[in-house]
Amino acid sequence: MSANADASAPNVTELGYNSKVEGEVVHTTVDAALNWFRKNSLWPMPMGLACCGIELMAVGASRFDISRFGSEVMRFSPRQSDVMIVAGTVTYKMALAVRRIYEQMAEPKWVIAMGACASTGGMYRSYAVLQGVDNILPVDVYVAGCPPRPEALLDALIKLQGLVAKERTVWNQKRDVAPAKYGSLGIELGEKGEVVHP
Amino acid sequence: MPTPLELAVRLQEAFPGLVSAPTEFRGEATLKVADADRIAEVCAHAKKALGFDMLLDLSSVDNYGVDPRWTVVYELYGIGHGAHLRLKTDVGEEKSELPTVSTVWRTADWHEREAYDMMGIRFAGHPDLRRILMWEGYPYFPLRKDFPLAGKPTELPDTAFTRTAPLEGGPFVTVAGGKDSMAREPRARTPE
Repeated sequence: MSANADASAPNVTELGYNSKVEGEVVHTTVDAALNWFRKNSLWPMPMGLACCGIELMAVGASRFDISRFGSEVMRFSPRQSDVMIVAGTVTYKMALAVRRIYEQMAEPKWVIAMGACASTGGMYRSYAVLQGVDNILPVDVYVAGCPPRPEALLDALIKLQGLVAKERTVWNQKRDVAPAKYGSLGIELGEKGEVVHP
Repeated sequence: MPTPLELAVRLQEAFPGLVSAPTEFRGEATLKVADADRIAEVCAHAKKALGFDMLLDLSSVDNYGVDPRWTVVYELYGIGHGAHLRLKTDVGEEKSELPTVSTVWRTADWHEREAYDMMGIRFAGHPDLRRILMWEGYPYFPLRKDFPLAGKPTELPDTAFTRTAPLEGGPFVTVAGGKDSMAREPRARTPE
């Protein structure tokens, strides 16, 4: 890692190892080291549900090449994934399947809502479409667009890497996590991890 | 090669009193079948005797406020003669049932499941009349005119739930000189 800190946030402390400055000694915190490992190999769970899925494929292909950011390992098993990219329209019929796949992912896990439909329901104001995947999942980054350009998804990934870099990883692991409550519908997780609709 | 109108007249002659005189519009003939309970019989004759070996589509119309409420439309096509024929039949709301034509054309199986799922019209004798788009247990028929576009809240534990979509005066309705879409369609989700 050389001095390539995000140009839009010049005051962020560099979390990498600079051999010119530090020689063969690394001084860091456990959080910074763990976060550095995590953010540079976020393995996506490609939840391609509609036309955004095609753009997601383009992101993985050579022209845009998501492997430049360490996320080329698209895993079709939720057990091996770190970040779920919800790309497309989430219908109510699919909603609990998406939720279940998210629950099958191992911690730590993040969610990118790609495109208008996944973020808000988009143009589908109808009886059949969930009005934003944040009603059932905790979304970290939203991507605007219908569908978004591949560059927009790469930007979302870089922003997510910035979020991962700032996490209090050790503290989060020792903490008792309270039942999470998501979205305007107030959907929460019960004691066994099941979805509760109040 | 027989024209669609000639074939329609032959079908009408085979069922006098049951099948109406054909109306033609842009080379397509439409027939009305008076008794919905005999639609399968008419369709079987059209396939076997008149060569309509393909069912292009089976759809349903909700004539909300009019009796009979449902119109079921059959789009017939013959690969041999290339003629297109349309059959229509009316079904009352109280009955909401007519015989299946999946015994005539196997493709009618899924078409009839869709008509049942969206409109709530049952097809007697259908081999597997389940919902095809919505999930089993969904209590409404969403294509009916009295079903709101925004949907209705439902709850089916471990299968699916639905909520009313925020329409706020209707999606994509723009009136000249009216409020712009930001003012007209506020986000229903209040910031916490």
